[in-house]
Amino acid sequence: MATPTFQNPIVKWIDHRLPVFTFMQHELHEYPTPKNLSYWWNFGSLAGIVLVLMIATGIVLAMHYTPHVNYAFDSVERIMRDVNYGWLIRYMHMNGASAFFIVVFIHIFRGMYYGSYKSPRELLWMLGVVILLCMMATAFMGYVLPWGQMSFWGATVITNLFSAIPIIGDSIVTWLWGGFSVDNPTLNRFFSLHYLMPFVIVGIVVVHILALHQHGSSNPLGIDTKGPQDSIPFHPYYTVKDLFGLGVFLIFYAGFVFFAPNFLGHPDNYIQANPLATPPHIVPEWYFLPFYAILRSFTADALIYLPISWLMSAKLAGVLAMFGSIAVLFVLPWLDFSKVRSAKFRPLYMWFFWLFVIDCFILGLCGAKPAEEPWTWISQAATAYYFAHFLVIIPLLAKFEKTRPVPASINEPVLGGGDSTTGAATKPMEKA
Amino acid sequence: MKKLLLSAALVFATATGAQAAGDVVAPPAEQWAHQGLFGTYDRGALRRGLQVYREACAACHSLRLVAYRNLMEIGFTEAEVKEIAAEKEVRDGPNDEGEMFTRPARPSDKFVSPFPNPQAARASNNGALPPDLSLMVKARVGGADYLYALLTGYKETPPKDVKMAEGMAYNVYFPGHQIAMPPPLSEDGVEYADKTKATVAQMARDVTTFLTWAAEPELEDRKRIGIKAILFLIVLTGMLYAVKRKVWKDIKH
Repeated sequence: MATPTFQNPIVKWIDHRLPVFTFMQHELHEYPTPKNLSYWWNFGSLAGIVLVLMIATGIVLAMHYTPHVNYAFDSVERIMRDVNYGWLIRYMHMNGASAFFIVVFIHIFRGMYYGSYKSPRELLWMLGVVILLCMMATAFMGYVLPWGQMSFWGATVITNLFSAIPIIGDSIVTWLWGGFSVDNPTLNRFFSLHYLMPFVIVGIVVVHILALHQHGSSNPLGIDTKGPQDSIPFHPYYTVKDLFGLGVFLIFYAGFVFFAPNFLGHPDNYIQANPLATPPHIVPEWYFLPFYAILRSFTADALIYLPISWLMSAKLAGVLAMFGSIAVLFVLPWLDFSKVRSAKFRPLYMWFFWLFVIDCFILGLCGAKPAEEPWTWISQAATAYYFAHFLVIIPLLAKFEKTRPVPASINEPVLGGGDSTTGAATKPMEKA
Repeated sequence: MKKLLLSAALVFATATGAQAAGDVVAPPAEQWAHQGLFGTYDRGALRRGLQVYREACAACHSLRLVAYRNLMEIGFTEAEVKEIAAEKEVRDGPNDEGEMFTRPARPSDKFVSPFPNPQAARASNNGALPPDLSLMVKARVGGADYLYALLTGYKETPPKDVKMAEGMAYNVYFPGHQIAMPPPLSEDGVEYADKTKATVAQMARDVTTFLTWAAEPELEDRKRIGIKAILFLIVLTGMLYAVKRKVWKDIKH
């Protein structure tokens, strides 16, 4: 990429001293992008836009919000009733959190399906997992701020998890709370951190994009771009495609904000927090449900707990499994050492990918249900499958799966690899 | 593998059935004027609903997040609002002498609560705390349908196998069926200014509509703006799609 020449003298003057325009020219305009990206590749830029939307609405909300146990609930209601368009800003923020997770979950599943995490994009993937973790922490603390019943009891349940850590657990919980229960100091620090974290996320996103631009986007075929015939400049092709995708997303999002703003929330959070009254079912927000199911599936009599029961309490096992369900994503690039990236050329992996997606949905459903039969054993089975997918199925597939031939380049029409004989020749491995 | 698929099928089959189990009875779906994309509150029902609230509910239940001035948003005149507010006394102060004093409520005040604190409310209600109604419709699964079902769901004689606790009333839709609130509405319990017949069902509908407004005063604005926003977005997205097609037309992909 040659240094561009600019006509405008002011642009020229600035660029000579601070090459922002050269940077934009290289990274946003010329940036060569595979020409075969499908709409599944829209969700990365979409996630970035939702992040900006969350920060913008969040800053306005913070101007009107009072982080004090006696005033927090009422200050949110004041935003809803008396602040000009406060209801709109709050509903955008509330549903924006859900939208953010929908977009990011699709983005992650897309990366899994097309093997986007494979060499040379391992760090790009791992940075993404860090962003997911930060998002979860931010969303959790944000949900506490309105100080409703679910805010309070959700915070109590989740912070209590740290008490499972042997010896120092209880001290850590007291330290997190800033006292001996979830109370005003907890609310204050959660507000402070909830304001801080999005900017941390922005920082990691910048590094995420930096890592992306090193080797460029992967693509549905999962093969490297071989030359200029395979790629097109990012602008205008993907800017306009991303904008169209943004439009579709906004219609869907506006549907929730304007016509079903509380559909994804829990009615109990419109009851002010009361430390003396526990709600019948404490459930987290929908995006945490699969993880919540994994946490709860480790009961003292669970089959999945038996092998480690001599080592730790069921509670600790549940906590470790919940964090492990994210941690395992960090090592995914090494668990899946198959050289073929895209599931298009991995007939078996494709099936197991979809089974994994179904498993995540089942876990989500289990998380929403009370901890009783049959949900307990279903979530235990689904938890076992979740980890088996990463730790057993994926490495075995990488070793034994007979992949289909990949095309020589993006520009070439796909080789006649779609006939049934190639798929049938794979080794039997349903047992996995 | 098979077992997993089987369990998945089971999950989806039982997901709907499990809800009905236990002590929770789902309220029947009612028709509300404020439902749907273009729904607006029934103004007559709001006016009557306020009357029901003031005459049947307000003795025990507060409405502390709603201000008297808000009533002007649903068609009450300033004079009417002033009159409604002035019926209640609020504690204010200190004045220039440093004394607290009481004065009639003004439109800018929130609805005056019947009890000074939860303890007083419990003391007057057999130990039960009548909840604040400002957000009731948003704070219960089923929303307006639930509230209406609850208000009309009292049974004078509970089923034979149910043993009622002291001072409790039987209600079909209250979780656990034993509710500390005695039936709040009775036939002709209020005399409507617009001569509507004050049946229990009518009063329940009216007060539910009023409390839905109390919980979601922004509903009409929200839907009105929402329609415009979505129409705008559909047109914009259609145009963006056209631009995308045009920009991409020479790319083989």
